[in-house]
Amino acid sequence: MMNIINRPFFLPFIAFSLILAVWEILARYSGWSIHVFPGPMQVFISLWELIANGTLLRHTVASLFRVTVGFYLAILLGIPLGILLGRLKLVRVFLNPVIQFLRPISPLAWIPLSMLWFGIGDKPAVFLIFLASFFPLVVSTTVAVQSINPVYFHVAANFNFTRYEVVTKIVIPGMLPSVITALRITITIAWLVVVAAEMIAVKSGLGYLILDSRNALTMDYVMDGMIVIGVIGLLLDHAMMRLSRIESVFWGTRSR
Amino acid sequence: MGHIVIKNLRKEYIDRRHKRRSKDEPNECIGDCVLVLDNINLEFCEGEMVTILGPSGCGKSTLLRIIAGFDKPTAGSVVINGETLTGPSSDHIFVFQHNALLPWMTVQENVALGLRGMEDKEMMKEQIQEHIELVELEGFENHYPYQLSGGMQRRAELARALAVNPDTLFMDEPFTGLDFLAHMKMREEVVNMHEYFEKTILVVTHDIDDALIMGDRIVVLSGRPAHVKLSEKLDFPRPRSFVKNTELSKLRDEVYLMLGVNYAV
Repeated sequence: MMNIINRPFFLPFIAFSLILAVWEILARYSGWSIHVFPGPMQVFISLWELIANGTLLRHTVASLFRVTVGFYLAILLGIPLGILLGRLKLVRVFLNPVIQFLRPISPLAWIPLSMLWFGIGDKPAVFLIFLASFFPLVVSTTVAVQSINPVYFHVAANFNFTRYEVVTKIVIPGMLPSVITALRITITIAWLVVVAAEMIAVKSGLGYLILDSRNALTMDYVMDGMIVIGVIGLLLDHAMMRLSRIESVFWGTRSR
Repeated sequence: MGHIVIKNLRKEYIDRRHKRRSKDEPNECIGDCVLVLDNINLEFCEGEMVTILGPSGCGKSTLLRIIAGFDKPTAGSVVINGETLTGPSSDHIFVFQHNALLPWMTVQENVALGLRGMEDKEMMKEQIQEHIELVELEGFENHYPYQLSGGMQRRAELARALAVNPDTLFMDEPFTGLDFLAHMKMREEVVNMHEYFEKTILVVTHDIDDALIMGDRIVVLSGRPAHVKLSEKLDFPRPRSFVKNTELSKLRDEVYLMLGVNYAV
């Protein structure tokens, strides 16, 4: 008995089954029409339709493409900026108030401006994802760099490290465990925002699929979109978590 | 190489909680100044192992950090081999009180830190291996620090320090956190290293027995503000034993008294 329980997928499988059962019961006895609250069977049948005719793949690829581009842009600009902020007090004093001012503005508040600036298509969505991931990454990288044990910088000075070596051999490996955690959280935020962005500015993607299906009053397609979003979110999180198992990063989860 | 002269060294800290500075004289400190080191004059010979003792919080670690170039003195100077000290350098390696191996590097990579500049990569590999064997860590080359015991971590750090072939080694409480046997073994290792390499080694410790067993010279500092209470050459044959050497044992009683303990064992 214990053997089955200890298998990694057993308990999550039970949890998902329970949700399905509750869903089925609600759908059957709530009294709502099948068009308002479809049960699991209909949803899975329509999911199969969407997979078979390729619609789902097209929308998923569109969404993933936008998240990837926006997220990479945020990494490319946010992490180096975070390192600068963490290491140089002057830069921190200069820029930190501006960042803390921009950070609480929801990326969704940027929608009107981004549509005006970038028009319709991938660009505004990518811009919104970039905004949503950029600020959390900058802030967490700054904190990660600042909390590196100062003794390691003494070691660097003692062994005559150049400034470049301090960054590559102390700062980057030292901040990596915390930054990977931040990436994990940020990719989830980015994934949340892509759906919202696609409901407004574009004609493809999972967000668009949901909005379009609502307009067509096909709630089963709406639920298909939600399910795929959830599954991909789970996979993204898992992929990021795997990064922290790299051996030279593992110390961060072990020794502290 | 490794001859150290400390002249009229003085160190004040400003208590940050009550930081006040006069506007007219920004260099004059009128806030709560804490005088840590007061007029320290010492001279260490080349190849000498010096143990520095003192009550806790007296500033012995501060003194070591200043000599290593990590901290600036308020007044006075440190002259190493005829040159006034300006900052840290790989000629003087500091072995830190707490584990300072870089946790994201293997033992091998850590030991390689001081040999980065070598042109001949084959020779570099040989030297790394040689130093790892010196501290008996063969077989652990590709382990990360968190996979080693506390004693092994200290030995790895010692290997890293020795691999640079520095003139001087600074050790700040090198045995804290080790269990009794690891402590004894590490102490033996440091003494052996010193006899073999004849480097100048400065050891800060609060352990009187360690200081007397290891040192060629013992320095006893007073409580804060620290001044030198005793700086004496220890001319006792090695291996040393308090039981067999009554003179050493007598000196131990004196040092205990000096540090305010009346009933020494």
